[in-house]
Amino acid sequence: MDMEFSPEDLAFQQEVRDFIAENYPAELRGKQDEGEELSKEDFLVWHKILHKKGWIAPAWPVEYGGTGWTPTQRFIWSEETARADCIRLMPFGLAMVGPVIYTFGTPEQKAHFLPRILSGEDWWCQGYSEPGSGSDLASLRTTAVADGDDYIVNGQKTWTTLAQHADWGFFLVRTDKDAKQQEGISFLLIDMKSPGITVRPIITLGGEHEVNEVWLEDVRVPQSQRVYEENKGWTCAKFLLAHERTGIAGVAASKRGIEKVKAIARTELDGDKPLLANAFFKRKVADLEVDLAALEFTELRSLAGPNAGRGPGPESSLLKIKGSEIQQRLTELTLEAVGHYGAPYFRGFGEGDNEHPIGPDYAHRAAPTYFNMRKTTIYGGSNEIQRNIIAKMVLGL
Amino acid sequence: MDFTYTETQDMIRDTLARFLSDTYDFETRQKFINSDSGRDPAIWTALAQELGMLGAPFAEEHGGLGGGALENAIVMEELGKVIGIEPYLPTVVIAGGALKAVGGAQADAMIPEIIAGNAIVAFAYAEPQGRYDLANLRTTAKKDGAGYVLNGHKGVVYAAPWATHLLVTARTGGSQRDKDGVSLFLIDANLPGVVRRDYPTVDGSRASEIYFENVAIPGDALLGGEGGALPLIEQIVDEATVAVCAEATGVMQKLHEGTLEYTQQRKQFGVPIAKFQVLQHRMVDMFMEVEQARSMTIMGTLKLGLPAAERMAAVSAVKAKVARGANFVGQNAIQTHGGIGITQELAIGHYFKRATMIESQFGSADHHMDRYERIALAD
Repeated sequence: MDMEFSPEDLAFQQEVRDFIAENYPAELRGKQDEGEELSKEDFLVWHKILHKKGWIAPAWPVEYGGTGWTPTQRFIWSEETARADCIRLMPFGLAMVGPVIYTFGTPEQKAHFLPRILSGEDWWCQGYSEPGSGSDLASLRTTAVADGDDYIVNGQKTWTTLAQHADWGFFLVRTDKDAKQQEGISFLLIDMKSPGITVRPIITLGGEHEVNEVWLEDVRVPQSQRVYEENKGWTCAKFLLAHERTGIAGVAASKRGIEKVKAIARTELDGDKPLLANAFFKRKVADLEVDLAALEFTELRSLAGPNAGRGPGPESSLLKIKGSEIQQRLTELTLEAVGHYGAPYFRGFGEGDNEHPIGPDYAHRAAPTYFNMRKTTIYGGSNEIQRNIIAKMVLGL
Repeated sequence: MDFTYTETQDMIRDTLARFLSDTYDFETRQKFINSDSGRDPAIWTALAQELGMLGAPFAEEHGGLGGGALENAIVMEELGKVIGIEPYLPTVVIAGGALKAVGGAQADAMIPEIIAGNAIVAFAYAEPQGRYDLANLRTTAKKDGAGYVLNGHKGVVYAAPWATHLLVTARTGGSQRDKDGVSLFLIDANLPGVVRRDYPTVDGSRASEIYFENVAIPGDALLGGEGGALPLIEQIVDEATVAVCAEATGVMQKLHEGTLEYTQQRKQFGVPIAKFQVLQHRMVDMFMEVEQARSMTIMGTLKLGLPAAERMAAVSAVKAKVARGANFVGQNAIQTHGGIGITQELAIGHYFKRATMIESQFGSADHHMDRYERIALAD
């Protein structure tokens, strides 16, 4: 057992650093630094650069377009992209439906959808939660009724992230009303331009339009767009949720977040000293670093340990709980650090508005981000549900 | 010992609660906080002229109801329950408190204007470099004949876009963090050279950055002694801190009640989620925080008249406890609601936003624990 990088790993690390330095778009960097709301195109520009390089899907098997990197190389990759504050890649295609399709899909589905996910041609969204089905996802009521070679889908989904940009959505629908809850669900891929789909915005506490309601009225979906067997969609759903949870640990991004908090606390004054010299504040930063180290090594153990390659198990719930708590504490500490300037509400730059926003740049999104990130302990299976999973699957209670 | 309210105090609470339930429902509030001016001036006028509420802490000789800090706490708690954005805190509690403390002709002239609803005062004390240190001031007031000339930058001045007057802390002597040399001025908000940048705040109010550019102010704008106003400022900020804790109590109560109600309606796994023990215990913990916040606020209110050191230790204990309680209750109200708690549509998220801003208003929990330790645990 050791934790040193080999010479090959170090060379790889240098290659990654050089690549990012030479290829990360300066314009995008500027928008991120200013806290501007990012457009669909902004999200895709880095995606396309990585696709061209062949580095867009390190976690995928090589045969479907993966990089063939070792777990250590993948760790280096996520470290370096976070360190350089590269924009987050949208997970809906790459980390969610992509793995479902290459694991459970037909040869035709693989051939059609996987290349388009890799290239960024299709933007995906996730049709899981419903107004009456959140933590109790299996109680979902959206129905798909067979009609010739098609299904007719009716129902309502909610919390659908960035559905306003989506070309395709993957949906959990009920295909057997009489079966036990989990056994009557199927996994459908639906073209978001299909007649009968309506996307309505939900505005969240920071003023963002990030999530949506999606209404489906007599939407016709070819049965060839069902992944895996009819009524076996829950298998895909569970597989996907476990995948989603590992990504949710967000270790590398939290590391970068701690560096940002420290930078703020070195600038903000507390009397005649920087805030970071304040013993109470410093202790909170230290507590976060210690907890993040514990999360990081727990994740590394599950990535590179004896179970490596078997796919995420119930231990991913631990990563989700601890990772989301750390992300929230980071936003809380940032808000605390900016003091009075957490209060001004910065609504983004209006048309022709060249006036500099109120307060330091790093303060503009502190409160909205704190409000928004309350979602992390709710989405992807709330942390209460994750604890139930650990109790049942790990502790055997 | 007696913790019951007087009949008059009960009447103030009932009258105000009834008025607010008629005028301040969530949809109405959202409408006016999103309007150009960010408020409905008719509410302030009604509070003054129909309810006499702006006279709650003032002496009857000024036209008030003869109350004090307890009456302020009652009004603030009721405003908290509707996440009211009315500028009662800066106008009545803070400026009113300063005027009561200095008395004399300035109080005689200004207090009736406050009670009548004609004067709105914003408290311009914070500066970008100063954090929660009231003496950390770069704003200066230089003697000039009979008056002063004001220069400097005040940050995040709540209610300033609506204000007729500004209560300003400034240096008439000493260097940036000295305790001596601090003065307090009550000035007309529209004097030449007062430059404002107005903006909305994340908790639904309005505030301004205020730049004083060679503002000529009259000599009688000075409240209290020149250069020796810090103890007075500390006193009125302590009064304001307790008043904000009273507001927090109202906010926290609503967060808790809203959560109880929601969990009894919301069904998952075939039962109301309030049936799950993990949520029951969490709601019990929230309840205990609300009750302790109320207890601490009462303690703080009753101790405002003590000598400075004891008062400061008590107020810091109150604010630290309430700030932590507001954090816990707010975060768990959202968590228990789930996704719906994060939307703009439900009131609960807006209570959470106000609770969050109260946490750091007049000093974070850390700031107040530090002040408490320095006074109460000094060897």
